[in-house]
Amino acid sequence: MNSIVLLIILSGYLAVLFFIAHWAEKKGNSKWTNNPYVYTLSLAVYCTAWTYYGSIGVAADSGLTYLPIYLGPIIIAPSWILILKKIIRISRVNKISSIADFISLRYGNSRIVGAIVTIICLTGILPYIALQLKAISETFHVVTKTPTRSYILDDTTTYVAIALALFSSYYGTRYLDASEKRKGIVTAVAMESVLKLVFFVIIGIYVTFFIFDGFDDIYQKASLLKHFQEKNTIGGLPQAINWFLLCVLSMFAIFLLPRQFQVSVIENNRENHINTAVWLFPLYLFIFNIFVYPIAWGGNILFDNQQVNSDTYSLLIPQFFDNKFLTVMVFLGGFSAAISMIVVSSIGLSTMVTNNVLIPYNLLGKLRGDDPISNKSIINSRKVGIFSLIILSYLIYRFFGLDYNLVSIGMVAFVIIAQLAPAFFGALYWRRGSRLGAIYSILIGFSICIYTLLVPYAIGLTNSESAFISNGFMGYELLKPFQLFGLNYLQPVPHALFWSLLFNSITYFAVSVSFKGNYRERNYAEMFVDINKYITNHEDAFIWKGTAYRNDIEKVLIRFLGEERTKRAMNIFNVKYNVDKNIELADARLVKFSENLLTGHIGTASARILISSVVKEEKITLPEVLKILEESKENIIINKKLTETSNELKEITAKLQNANESLMIKDKQKDEFLDTVTHELRTPITAIRAASEILHDDDEIPEELKKQFLQNIISESDRLNRLIDKILDLEKFETGKQTINPCQNNLVETVEKSIEPLQQLIKNKGITVHIESKDKINAYYDEDRIVQVVTNLLSNAIKFCPEKEGLISIQIIEKDNFIHTFVHDNGKGINPDDFEAIFEKFYQSTNQNIKKPVGSGLGLAICKQIIEHHKGKIWAQSSVKGACIAFTLPKNRNIEI
Amino acid sequence: MKKILIVDDEPNIVMSLEYTFKKNNFEVFIARDGQEALDIVKTNYPDMIILDVMMPMVDGYATIEQIRKDDNLKHTKVIFLSAKNKESDIEKGLALGADAYLTKPFSIKKVVDQVMELLS
Repeated sequence: MNSIVLLIILSGYLAVLFFIAHWAEKKGNSKWTNNPYVYTLSLAVYCTAWTYYGSIGVAADSGLTYLPIYLGPIIIAPSWILILKKIIRISRVNKISSIADFISLRYGNSRIVGAIVTIICLTGILPYIALQLKAISETFHVVTKTPTRSYILDDTTTYVAIALALFSSYYGTRYLDASEKRKGIVTAVAMESVLKLVFFVIIGIYVTFFIFDGFDDIYQKASLLKHFQEKNTIGGLPQAINWFLLCVLSMFAIFLLPRQFQVSVIENNRENHINTAVWLFPLYLFIFNIFVYPIAWGGNILFDNQQVNSDTYSLLIPQFFDNKFLTVMVFLGGFSAAISMIVVSSIGLSTMVTNNVLIPYNLLGKLRGDDPISNKSIINSRKVGIFSLIILSYLIYRFFGLDYNLVSIGMVAFVIIAQLAPAFFGALYWRRGSRLGAIYSILIGFSICIYTLLVPYAIGLTNSESAFISNGFMGYELLKPFQLFGLNYLQPVPHALFWSLLFNSITYFAVSVSFKGNYRERNYAEMFVDINKYITNHEDAFIWKGTAYRNDIEKVLIRFLGEERTKRAMNIFNVKYNVDKNIELADARLVKFSENLLTGHIGTASARILISSVVKEEKITLPEVLKILEESKENIIINKKLTETSNELKEITAKLQNANESLMIKDKQKDEFLDTVTHELRTPITAIRAASEILHDDDEIPEELKKQFLQNIISESDRLNRLIDKILDLEKFETGKQTINPCQNNLVETVEKSIEPLQQLIKNKGITVHIESKDKINAYYDEDRIVQVVTNLLSNAIKFCPEKEGLISIQIIEKDNFIHTFVHDNGKGINPDDFEAIFEKFYQSTNQNIKKPVGSGLGLAICKQIIEHHKGKIWAQSSVKGACIAFTLPKNRNIEI
Repeated sequence: MKKILIVDDEPNIVMSLEYTFKKNNFEVFIARDGQEALDIVKTNYPDMIILDVMMPMVDGYATIEQIRKDDNLKHTKVIFLSAKNKESDIEKGLALGADAYLTKPFSIKKVVDQVMELLS
C-alpha cells in the first residue's frame, strides 16, 4: 500500500479522534460521556499495542506466557469494589492528580517521595511510550511494505509523534486544576478501546473462520509444527511460579501504571461506575484474548520457517491474502491502542513532573517571594511537559532502537512500576508505614531492578555474550543478574520482580517499624486508612497547631484560583463548617481546605510548602497526634452512643410525658370528682343543719313550719343516703368489684316493671308513656340492674318533659345479636355537643346550660357502667323532638360477658 | 325595711334562710339561679344579696360580675354562701367584689350576724 494513502487515512482517523475529544469536552457531563461504559472502556487503555501485536508474538514464540498479563487484572478486578473505591475516595477528597501526589500526600506531603515516584514512573514509562511509537512505525512499514527510514525527517513516525504530542498537550491541559476530569481525552480513549477490540475480533474471526476452518482446524494444523508441545505446557512447578509472579506483576500494574491511575482514579466521575467496570473490564480482556491464540498459531502455520516478526502476524496474514481493507483496519486498531496509551501516559507523567518535581523544587519559579510562579507558567510547563515527553520517547525509540520485542520492554516497565506497590498499598492499609520506609523501599527495589533488569538489558542491546550476565558481577556466581543468590529457575522478569519486591517490602516494613514517621505522616495515615470515616468532613481529621491568618491564606489562594473562585471556596468552607467569616484566625480545617484547593494545581507537596509559608506552625509531637486522633475516634464512638442513648431517652421521655399527662388528667378528674362529691354531700347537710338550727333556737316557730322543717330534714337525709349509695355503687363498678348476675329475661316485662313505681309521678305530671315493641323480647341481663337503668332513664325523661302534654315513648327492637332500647321524651332535648359528656359523673352540676334538676348527677354514669358490664352500649342521639337515650343488651349468653 | 335577695338552687336551704330573715324584718326576694337574681336586682335594688356559687345557667361568679358593673347597685352588699370552701374559691369570690364569703354548711346565726354587721 502506498505510504501517502495510508498517511491520508491516518490523518483522517486522527481528525475523527480530535473531533470526538472536542465534542465530548463540549458535552461536559452528558450521559454520553459520563457513564460507566465510557469509564470501563477508558480502563482498556491497559491494552496497548503490546496487547494488540505483542501478545500474538509471545503466543506464537513461547505459547501461553502471554496470558498472565491479562489474568492478573481479571483476578484482581472484583477487589476494585473495595480497594479502587477507597483510592478514589481518598483522591477525590484530597484533590489528588497523580499517583505521585497520592503517595507523597500519604507520607506527609513529602516533596522527596513525590519526586522519587515521578522519577520511577518516568524511567518505567518513557521506554514504554517509545515502544508504542516503535509499534506504530514498524507496523506502518509493514503495511506500506517500505523499509525503515534512517533519516528522521523521512520517517512518518516523526510526524505521527508530533501530531500526538500536539493533540495531547492541547487536550490534556485544558484545566489548571489537574484533578479536574478530562472528558474529551477519556471519551476519545474509550472510543479507541471500542475500535481496537472490534478490529481485533474481526481479524480474529477472519483468520479463524475464513483462512482456516475454525479453532479445531488451527489446532490440528498447529500441533504438527515443531515445538508445539513444549510451547504449550505450563511446564512444571518452576514455570508455574513464573506464571504466578507474572500474574502478581500485572495485578500491581493495573493499579499503579500512571495511565491506569489516571483513567481509573483521576478521571473517575462516579464511584459506582466501578460496579460496572468490575465485570465489564474482565469481559473486555477476555474477548480480546479469545483470538490471540488462533492468530498466533495461524501465523505460525502460514509463515513456518520464514523470517518474519511474529508480533506483526495480524497484519501479515491479511496482507498475505492481499486483503488491503483488513490490513489497514488492523493497523488502525493497533494505532488506536498505541496512541491512547501515549496520550494518557504523557498527561499523567507531565502532571507528575510539573506538580511533583518542577514546582516543589522551584524549577518553574519561586513558590513564594518576589517573582512567584504563575498559573500560566504551570499550564505551559504541563503543555511543554506532555509535548517533550512524547518527543523524548520518540528519540529513545530512534536512538536506542529497542531491539527487544514489545512484551519484554513492557514487562520491564511493569517491574519498575511495581516498586511502588509496598508504599502504595501500605498507604491504604497500614497506619505505621512511614515516609522513610517508603523512600528507602522504593530506592532499594529500584536499585535491584536496575541490577537485575535494566543493566543486563542495556548490555544485551549491544553485547549478548556479556560476562556480567553469564558470570555475575566481578565474577561472583551469587551476583549473576538473572540468577541472583542462585535462584536459577525464574525467567528474568519474574526473577527481577521477586527479588526487588522482596527487598522492597522488607525495607518498607523494617524502616517503618524502626523509625516512626512524623505527626503529619501519621495524620494522613489515619485519613487514608479510615477514609470512610472522614469522607464527609475530612478537614476535621487534619491535625494542625499554630497561628495563621485567613487573610494571608486567602491571598495565596487568590494567586492561583483568582479572586472569584477563592471567594466562592471560602463561602463553601464557611457554610460547611458554620464558621463566622469575620474570624481573623484560621484553624486546622481551613489550612487543610486551602491545601486541598491548591493541590489540584500544584501538587500536594507544593501546596503544603505554599500554605506553610504564610502560617506559623507549631510542632506537634507524634504522641500528641495519636492522642488527638484517638480522642477524635473515641469521640465519634461516644457521640454515636450518646446519640443512641439520647434517642432512647427521648422516647422514654415522650412515653413518660404521655403517662404523666394521663395521670395528671386522671388526678385532675379525681380532684374534680372529690370536689363535686363533697359539694354534693354538703348541700343536703347544709339544708339539714340550717333547718335543725332554726328548730333548736326558735321556740316561737309555728307548728306548720316546724313540721315542714322536720320534713326537709328527713328528705335531705334520704337524699344524702341515696347519694352515698350511688357513689359507692359507681365506685364498685369502676373498680370492678361490682358483679352482675345475668340470665335470660323478657325485656318488655322488665321495662313495664320499671315504669310501675313511677306511675304516680307520671300521672301527676300528666305524661303519656307508651311502649313500642313485641310482647316478648328476650335478652340476657341482670334484671335488677336493668330496672335501675330504665328507672333512671325514665326519671330523667319525666324530669325533662314539659309540664303539659309530656310524651315518653320506649322502643325495643331486635337487631342482630343485640336488643336495642330507645327512650324518647318530648322535652327540651340535649345539646349534641353534650351527647358524650352527659354520661360523665356529676355532669349536670358542672354544666351551666342545664337547669339543675333534682338528682345526684351520677345516674347516667352508673347506667353507663351497668350497660357496659353487660357488653352493651349506651348513648344519646338526636330525636325528632326532645331527647333520646339508647342502650343495647345482648340477646343471649353466647355473647361473652 | 331592708331588702335581701337570697340566690340558691336548693329550695330547702332557701326556706331556712327565708324564714330567718323574714323573722328579722327583712323584705326577702328569692332567686333560683343567677339569671333570675339579675332580673330581680334591676327592679328591686336589694341592700343585701346572699349568693350561692354553683348554680345552673349563670353561676355566682358571673352574677356578681354583672352586679358590680351596675352603678345603681354599688351600695348593695354581697355575701357568698357556698359549699366551695377552698382558699382559692374564697379568694376568687372576694376578688370579684363580694363583701364576705361564708361556707356551707353554715350557722344561720352567723349568717345573720354577718349580714347585720355589713348593713350597720
